[in-house]
Amino acid sequence: MLDKLNEIEKAALESLSSINDQTALDAWRIANVGRSSPLMQVFGGFGKLSKEEKPVVGAAANRVKVALESALEERAQAVKNAALAKSLEEEKLDVTLPGREVNIGRLHPSTQQLRRVLSILAEMGFQVYTSREVESDEMNFQMLNFAPHHPAREMQDSFYVEAEGREDNPILMRTHTSPGQIRAMREAVASNPQNPPPIRIALPGMCFRYEQITARSEIQFNQVEGLAVGKGITFADLKGTLTDFVRRMFGQDARVRFRASYFPFTEPSAEMDVECFVCGGKGCQVCKNSGWLEILGCGMVHPNVLQNGGYDPKIYSGFAWGMGPERQLMLRNKITDIRYFWGNDVRFLEQF
Amino acid sequence: MKLPISWLKDFIDLDGLTVEDIARKLTLAGLEVDEILYVGLPMPEYAASGMHSSEKHEFKTNGIAWDKEKIVVAEIREVKAHPNADKLTLLDLFDGQQEQVVLTGAPNIFHLKGAGKLEKPIKVAYAKEGSTLYDGHAEGQVLMTLKRAKIRGVDSYSMVCSEKELGITEESDGIIILDDDAPVGMPLADYIGDAVLDISILPNMARNANVIGIARELAALTGRELKTDNRPQTIDRPLSAVNGQSVNDLVEIEITNSELNPRFVVGLIRNVEIKPSPYQIQRRLKLAGVRAINNIVDATNYAMIELGEPLHAFDYDILKERAGDKKIKIITRTAQDGEELVTLDGVKRKLTAMNVLVCDEKGSLSLAGVMGGSESEVYDASKEVLDAIGVETKPGEMPQGKITSRGKSTVNVLLEGAAWNFINIRRTAKQHNLPSEASFRFSRGVHPALAETGVKRGLQYMAAWANGQIAPGLVDVYPLKPKDSVVDVTPKDVKRLLGIELTLEEISALLTRLEFKCEITNHHLQVTAPPHRMDIDEGVVGLADVLEEVARSYGFDKIPTTTMSDSLPPQKGNPIHEWEERLRDLLVAIGLQEVVTYRMTSPERESRVVTHNEYVRIANPIAPERSVLRQNLLASVLEVAEKNAKAESLAMFEVGSIFEPVKNDLPNEPRKLAMVMTGKRIASAWDVKDSPTFDFYDMKGRIELLLAGLRFTDILYAETESTYALHPGKSAEVKVNGQVVGVFGELHPLAKEKYEFGDAPVIVAEFDLEKLRALNPSYGIVPVSEFPPMYEDIAIILDESVAAATVEALIRQTGGKTVTDVRLFDVYRDEKIGAGKKSLAYSLTYQAEKTLTDAEAAAIRNKIVKRLENVVGAKLRS
Ligand SMILES: [Zn+2]
Repeated sequence: MLDKLNEIEKAALESLSSINDQTALDAWRIANVGRSSPLMQVFGGFGKLSKEEKPVVGAAANRVKVALESALEERAQAVKNAALAKSLEEEKLDVTLPGREVNIGRLHPSTQQLRRVLSILAEMGFQVYTSREVESDEMNFQMLNFAPHHPAREMQDSFYVEAEGREDNPILMRTHTSPGQIRAMREAVASNPQNPPPIRIALPGMCFRYEQITARSEIQFNQVEGLAVGKGITFADLKGTLTDFVRRMFGQDARVRFRASYFPFTEPSAEMDVECFVCGGKGCQVCKNSGWLEILGCGMVHPNVLQNGGYDPKIYSGFAWGMGPERQLMLRNKITDIRYFWGNDVRFLEQF
Repeated sequence: MKLPISWLKDFIDLDGLTVEDIARKLTLAGLEVDEILYVGLPMPEYAASGMHSSEKHEFKTNGIAWDKEKIVVAEIREVKAHPNADKLTLLDLFDGQQEQVVLTGAPNIFHLKGAGKLEKPIKVAYAKEGSTLYDGHAEGQVLMTLKRAKIRGVDSYSMVCSEKELGITEESDGIIILDDDAPVGMPLADYIGDAVLDISILPNMARNANVIGIARELAALTGRELKTDNRPQTIDRPLSAVNGQSVNDLVEIEITNSELNPRFVVGLIRNVEIKPSPYQIQRRLKLAGVRAINNIVDATNYAMIELGEPLHAFDYDILKERAGDKKIKIITRTAQDGEELVTLDGVKRKLTAMNVLVCDEKGSLSLAGVMGGSESEVYDASKEVLDAIGVETKPGEMPQGKITSRGKSTVNVLLEGAAWNFINIRRTAKQHNLPSEASFRFSRGVHPALAETGVKRGLQYMAAWANGQIAPGLVDVYPLKPKDSVVDVTPKDVKRLLGIELTLEEISALLTRLEFKCEITNHHLQVTAPPHRMDIDEGVVGLADVLEEVARSYGFDKIPTTTMSDSLPPQKGNPIHEWEERLRDLLVAIGLQEVVTYRMTSPERESRVVTHNEYVRIANPIAPERSVLRQNLLASVLEVAEKNAKAESLAMFEVGSIFEPVKNDLPNEPRKLAMVMTGKRIASAWDVKDSPTFDFYDMKGRIELLLAGLRFTDILYAETESTYALHPGKSAEVKVNGQVVGVFGELHPLAKEKYEFGDAPVIVAEFDLEKLRALNPSYGIVPVSEFPPMYEDIAIILDESVAAATVEALIRQTGGKTVTDVRLFDVYRDEKIGAGKKSLAYSLTYQAEKTLTDAEAAAIRNKIVKRLENVVGAKLRS
């Protein structure tokens, strides 16, 4: 009987050694350790053995069973490893094929830039104030210290809206967001006429100028203005606040300078330049070889404007500044044609 | 304005300052230098070496430097014939060191050919071999270097230069003939080397649009002395004695409207000899962008550019002839409507009652402050062409009108200096489209004080350059003297508005530099504006005007940077803006590209999708297709989609205002959302072929997500009777909380034909954001159960006419809260089911706060099936 067991073991191990796939392994298991395998028949014939034979044969049969099972397990692992190695070898992708497209939406670049500007301003305490796009001459010009026929009006050629009986106060497309300054001041004064609260607002929105549409000029553009009104606000505060703002926009190392300028609604007025971030101030196409980029106009709110807003210029003072998100984008992204913005070609929009 | 540095130096000592230093100081003070044009002076290294320099550029720089060794003043001693060429001459020339023979074809010395040794040598600009100059024969400005060559058998190695070759003008004929006192041998750059600053003049800086104005600013900015009465050496010739009968005996003036004409001054000069001005004067005028005409006209222009007061020269004898026996009477008045005047450009102009005329008793002489009339102009018989005083003519271009010869050159000149109302001049210049050097200045405001100074200066120049004798006196009628503005300034004001601490004395010093009169009294500074300024007001505005000058004079760069010290206002935010930004984020998250379109469109464009009768109309549109304000946002987005129609897949939106007309008042500007989708659902790729196109349900799915994102739950979709051109069977309106807030669907095939779209349907949506924003969202969530849900599918057959929404509502209603999800996963039609029938298959989710048994689920299911049978006649599909 012991010889038989040895034979069984030998034959089984021999056939196992040549097996290379799972199906054959399964078949081997049934044939060699399955219910009707020769080994199991040995266990089945146990009853017929003598009392002395039983422990000897039993021990031997168990040894063979353990040996076969562990050999099977080992072989199974080897087969699995071989199969895995083979599949890893075979499943090779062309990693240079394009990735699968994901349909996503995007904000218009102007909206993206407006958000950048407004979020910095929000952190600085300037909250968004929006107002209408079609305005009266009174709000767009007169209240902002543009007298009728004043030369400064030529700086802002306007689109007029057809209306009758309004020769003194025609309707026009706003040329800047500044009418919102008057509206905001008046609302604040109405909220507390005895002691009007301080103002810190950002005025974003579309503005319109009578221009031919060319690579350099458009009939509409976004503007963001900032306005601070309060007691004891100085030109030095204007410089400090705007320097802070510009450094948050263009980097903490940005060099800036203030040039005297003119706007009817501020006095003193200034242009703020930032050192060209394209060439670092050495001079390039973007800065027209000046090393500086004109990025915003600013100034102390003109006494007439404060007065028109309901703030006494003898007590209150303030500053305002304005800038163009599209212009900022054009500088930063070297966009040479302003018509891209309202052209809305998806091949342009998708790049933002 | 174009400002030659040499001219500036007549009035201020600029030693130790480079051209760039000067430009920088002016730029920072609000006189922005757009460009520096070098005309002879050495250029900074970066500009000379082109774009590749590592040095910092500061100004746009152009022009040419004249080599001091190679380009010098020389004199021509004899003009000889060329042995082999008729049109060329050989010049015997002395360059200060040696004699040279120079070949030239210059026409303006040709007449001296063969005249022998010149009695008075001609001074010229002489360029030696190796000089770099502009090529006089090339188109535009092309640099070249003088090389030795043989021309028609004669050795040529140097040349006598023209203005074009030296970069003084862009075109020229003939060589430059310098003034007689030009020092032979001197480097030309030292003699007339220059640099021209091109300065932008802001509307409030009009007072500076002249040489003295700029010099005054520089004096204030550098603390140097301003020398207003200085005369350059070259023009400092003996003035003829003032003599003869006083002008007051010969001319009288009547001003009929002092608001329009606050002052009128005339002076007289006799026996002028009309000829070219000294070359130095011509050169400066040319660099300043004004043509040199003759000494009389040049004197008016020169004085104007120098001082800022436009002058007008009349031929005195013409006026005298017109007056006959009587004293000449000059009258200023407004024109009659329809009155005509031939201006000196030869154009007959129809005037209106707004225009102001300078007249005599016979009629009009000139359009005040804008342009002279042709009849009384100064006349140079040798040229037979009238001057074009003040007309902007390009260099080298002849004045527009040529007037018949009067035969006799002007001998006696009556010179006018006046003050005009700037608004009136502005409107007149605009009305007649006559921008001129004079109207440019008058329309921005010229102080009446300058009328007198201007006439005196003009007469002096005429006397110097035309050898005339100035008649004694001036006729000066000055009915409306502007009030001198007086402003009180304290150190407290300076601190409160500028944030700097200055003493009374310091403030006074800063303002005195700008010629303000300052008086310190009792902790106050009483400031009086100088008599060349019209831009200083009084009171609180005057204070701002003066503080601006304090700040500029002090230097913006020296003012510190501080943080605002007052309290912040309440931080209220802006809910409407924030809600719209949230909406944009949701739209982007569901895969739509934002677009921003023009507010201006045309009714025709909009009518492709919807028609409106009334529009907000633009009175001055730039083009017919931008003639009204949009009244439909969808039309705008459709237009953009159409332009992008070549893209395979488009999904875009815009959030913005439309404009609803209100008669003769400001329009309403309600906010809208429009969406357009068309093309393939997924763009083609190496593993994507034939993706289906967007349809109604793609849009609906996005709308569902959008409304869920805005936290709306009570949403209904129903058939629409929208006025939009939508497919009647593939469109719906959207109700939120019972209110219609939007409409969407497939563009009507006939409407689509009006656009250039591809084959794919175009799916559109528009929402009224005013309505949507006003609705109450519902917050809160459905709890997530810990017990296992059960899933079950049921399929039913029912009539086509039954809407899916009805079936789903019935299922939910009947199932109660245990049925937590109902998902339609199949819609099926075939013959077996029968015509007019459809099969709907739903996947139901049962969920309770315990583990449901099969029996409990089956009970609910049976209830649902029974209900569907009873209400909509559905049959369970086996
Ligand atoms: Zn640059």
